[in-house]
Amino acid sequence: MTENPKKPGPIAEMLAPVAGFGVTFANLFRPVVTEQYPFEKVPTKPRYHGRHQLNRYPDGLEKCIGCELCAWACPADAIYVEGGDNADLPEGAHVSPGERYGRVYQINYLRCIFCGLCIEACPTRALTMTNDYELAGPTREGMIFEKDDLLAPLREGMLAGPHPMVEGTEDLEYYRGEITGPTQAQVDWVRERRPDDASLDAAAKATVAAPDANGGTR
Amino acid sequence: MTTTTDSQTPVAVDPNLVTVTIDGIETAVPKGTLIIRAAEEIGIAIPRFCDHPLLKPVGACRQCLVDVAMPDREGNVRPMPKPQPSCAMEVSPGMVVHTQKTSAVAAKAQHGVMELLLINHPLDCPTCDKGGECPLQNQALSDGRATSRFTDVKRTFAKPLKISTQILLDRERCILCQRCTRFSKEIAGDQFIDLQKRGASQQIGRFDEDVLGFAPLGDATVGPAAEDESGRAFASYWSGNTVQICPVGALTSAAYRFRSRPFDLVSTEAVAEHDANGSAIRIDHRRGTVMRRLAGDDPVVNEEWISDKDRFAFHWQTAPDRLTHPLVRDRAEDGTRGELRTASWAEALEVAATALAAARDAGGVGVLPGGRLTIEDAYAYGKLARTALGTNDIDHRARPASAEEESFLGHAVAGHGIDVTFGDLEKAPAVLLVGFEPEEEGGIVFLRLRKGTQAGRTRVWSLAPFATRGLERLDGTLVPTAPGLESEVVDALATGTDEPSLAALREALGAQGALVLVGERLASVPGSLSAVLRLTAATGARLAWIPRRIGERAGVEMGTLPGLLPGGRPVSDAAARVDIAAAWDVTELPTAPGRDTDGILAALAARELRGVVVGGVELGDLTDPVAARAALEAADVVVSLEVRASEVTDLADVVLPVAPPAEKSGSYLNWEGRVRAFRQALESHALPDHRVLDELARHLGTDLGARDGNVLRKEIDQLGAWDGERVAAPATEAVAPAAVAPGTAVLASWHLQLDAGRGQDGEPFLAGTARKAVARLSAATAEAAGVADGGVLRVSTGAGRIELPAVVTDMPDHVVWLPTNSPGSAVRAALGVLPGAVVQITAGTVTTTEEA
Repeated sequence: MTENPKKPGPIAEMLAPVAGFGVTFANLFRPVVTEQYPFEKVPTKPRYHGRHQLNRYPDGLEKCIGCELCAWACPADAIYVEGGDNADLPEGAHVSPGERYGRVYQINYLRCIFCGLCIEACPTRALTMTNDYELAGPTREGMIFEKDDLLAPLREGMLAGPHPMVEGTEDLEYYRGEITGPTQAQVDWVRERRPDDASLDAAAKATVAAPDANGGTR
Repeated sequence: MTTTTDSQTPVAVDPNLVTVTIDGIETAVPKGTLIIRAAEEIGIAIPRFCDHPLLKPVGACRQCLVDVAMPDREGNVRPMPKPQPSCAMEVSPGMVVHTQKTSAVAAKAQHGVMELLLINHPLDCPTCDKGGECPLQNQALSDGRATSRFTDVKRTFAKPLKISTQILLDRERCILCQRCTRFSKEIAGDQFIDLQKRGASQQIGRFDEDVLGFAPLGDATVGPAAEDESGRAFASYWSGNTVQICPVGALTSAAYRFRSRPFDLVSTEAVAEHDANGSAIRIDHRRGTVMRRLAGDDPVVNEEWISDKDRFAFHWQTAPDRLTHPLVRDRAEDGTRGELRTASWAEALEVAATALAAARDAGGVGVLPGGRLTIEDAYAYGKLARTALGTNDIDHRARPASAEEESFLGHAVAGHGIDVTFGDLEKAPAVLLVGFEPEEEGGIVFLRLRKGTQAGRTRVWSLAPFATRGLERLDGTLVPTAPGLESEVVDALATGTDEPSLAALREALGAQGALVLVGERLASVPGSLSAVLRLTAATGARLAWIPRRIGERAGVEMGTLPGLLPGGRPVSDAAARVDIAAAWDVTELPTAPGRDTDGILAALAARELRGVVVGGVELGDLTDPVAARAALEAADVVVSLEVRASEVTDLADVVLPVAPPAEKSGSYLNWEGRVRAFRQALESHALPDHRVLDELARHLGTDLGARDGNVLRKEIDQLGAWDGERVAAPATEAVAPAAVAPGTAVLASWHLQLDAGRGQDGEPFLAGTARKAVARLSAATAEAAGVADGGVLRVSTGAGRIELPAVVTDMPDHVVWLPTNSPGSAVRAALGVLPGAVVQITAGTVTTTEEA
């Protein structure tokens, strides 16, 4: 056995007890990384996996078709979905385009691990994740988010459902993005049945023409 | 069967066996076996889509290609130049087969076929109902290529194409295996879809004048199905089977479409409750709700098919009017009925027992259990009536019935065990149908008969007023018989006749294995069942009684008839009574002759009986619904055991809710006499009838020992069948038919399979496939009544009238046929008469508002 060839010299040995402070002192002159949450809220990275959102088409109909694929994809069993039939709604109203809609939609945020598999599973891009990470609450029940909590708010010009689909279209036109806003017929339909609807005025200003019925490639 | 790889071992060679080598394994299989089956037997799975064991081979999908080599004349094994479809090729001696496991050629061929099938397949598995239980999905995953080389645009069709209100077709997903068209052609015989067009445009479609143009369908999933000229909805009673055998998601049912995913479902083997066959089914449920029912695989009963009624009609069990709590009705001092109110089990049972005990002591209590019970429930009803209530006034026949029928059942049905079976139906050389329409009233019996007739083994004759579409598909021979004249024709057959067609039939019935099938309708034709017994005695033909309801045979065997104790023991026989009294641990059983259903209701109206215990009985099914309602109104106490609110519960003093079939376990007895045990599918607090009856008897001071169904089954098995003298055969004289005056006709009627029955409630898609209610009459009768084909015919009696579109049919004159209980044609409630009665017929007008 030989001795350590790099044995520190006497000066080095003398300064050794304070050498560790070098790191500390150096950091005193570097920018602060501590975030002053909750007083300052720092935006997340754009693809951060936060709270879920159920999206809408530009005419205000929901994208969710109640297929339950998200519930099936969920490794934590956090999602519960029950589908319903649009045909069961009165007077030709639709919650979503096509045959089915999500009647019950719950995500249990005590179980959710924010893996995003549900987002990958969603066939209509109805379910996406927002950057909202503030998910805490005083009760266990309150952490089960219902459909009302998850639905995207109506953007300006969207018409609150349920209301009929854009005339002369089927779900495929919606999927292809040919629906760009509510039509006058939809606005009239809602005005007749729910004259006090808060989204009516903005939607009435934003009406567009229905896409050309022969425009599809079917 | 001998399987060996050791050529040194001497093997006894059966001349009917063929030795082949598959993947190096030598096996001997019966002559005529398909290669794919021979491979299955030694555990080699060959992928396939079009192949189905119960359908004829077709080789349509080409997925099962294998390499085959066969010995030539010199005995040299020569490979065939191209791979062969193993599902369509029979084995031959010395054949050497290499499947995808040992042959690169076969494997490449199968990969190629799979790639071809997937070219136009939309791959929408995430939103497809079949995803998760899809043979195409499974085999694409196990045997297909990981990536597709197809870069073009896939073929698209408008979808779904509505074939009927229930069956929807997605042509994009279809791989043209033709299982559905082969099923409808070979098995059901009502071809409602077929292949159309050629080449890349080849597709399945329905017969339709628009079919080649495929006019766009607007609202694709709702609305009535198209109709042909006879007024029959263009649909099949068996169409649901095509959905089940479709190897992709091309055929879906409107009732189940998008409702759930197969991997979420919990499956329970069960037995269908809608007809007397007790078909094996699979109940798929999730979160305590039944989502769908599929055919089970029971080769001795229903093979792999069930009727659409058994498949789709299950919402009645969870209908909104389902009873969940016991209900009690308080009566005023003068006996007027108040409102039903919710009560506890303890209170309801106490009230019921007190009132029943008082009624029993004041005159007597009748029991009407209804015809849909399990063995256990029927036995408990019989025991309750004869011990706690001390009466023989019990009759499960909630339909027109007669004393003659009761003697017939006691003589020829009760205690006979399994006699004629489903297997006998397809092997019988001759089958005579009397008062029985197999497709409408027999469910799967029709498919078995058709299997025999299609194989050329069986000939069918039917005594009926006209040849139904079902009889035509059985290639059956009609013996035109006006209603009420069945006994006359059967007697002519029994005694021998010179009439050539009847003589031929009589000779055919003398053949070994010939069958006579009689339906419950004969109960309302006096003398007919006596004549049938004489016919079978004279010809040696075997006899089977096929009722419509699942609980009828159980009732006959378990003694819910006034003259019968369990096991076919006659009440009139002292030894039989002692036998049962000993088993039930009572000193004696009531000896007074009991009343049948009509007798019980008449005695209630006349206040000879003071109370009644009613099971699942619909008043509209009884001979005279109006009189039945009056009889229940007159009773001091009506105790109703029901699943759903009904006309009976509206009149009941105590309503005790019982479990529907999905929420209990038990055993049905089908028409063969075969025990069809089933387990409880859903978790439930609902009690089966026998549990409720046991509690009721306990409050009456009697122990039925009916708490546990298994204990009850043991008790029933220990009783066994009666080995003493049977009930004497009935010898009722036929009644001369009533004279037919001008402007009148004799009524013929039977139930359609899909009708206005409460078991089909809540099924709009199924109802859309029902046959439209029409009145049928001959051209001469129609002319005399002044009605054109398609015009409205009014059929009336003193009680009321029915107006239906008339369809001129080849049938005897002075006869009019109506469906018994279809929408717009409730014969018993509206006309108050039974088949064989004389009714007025006139031209009707739909616009009339005058009262009849």
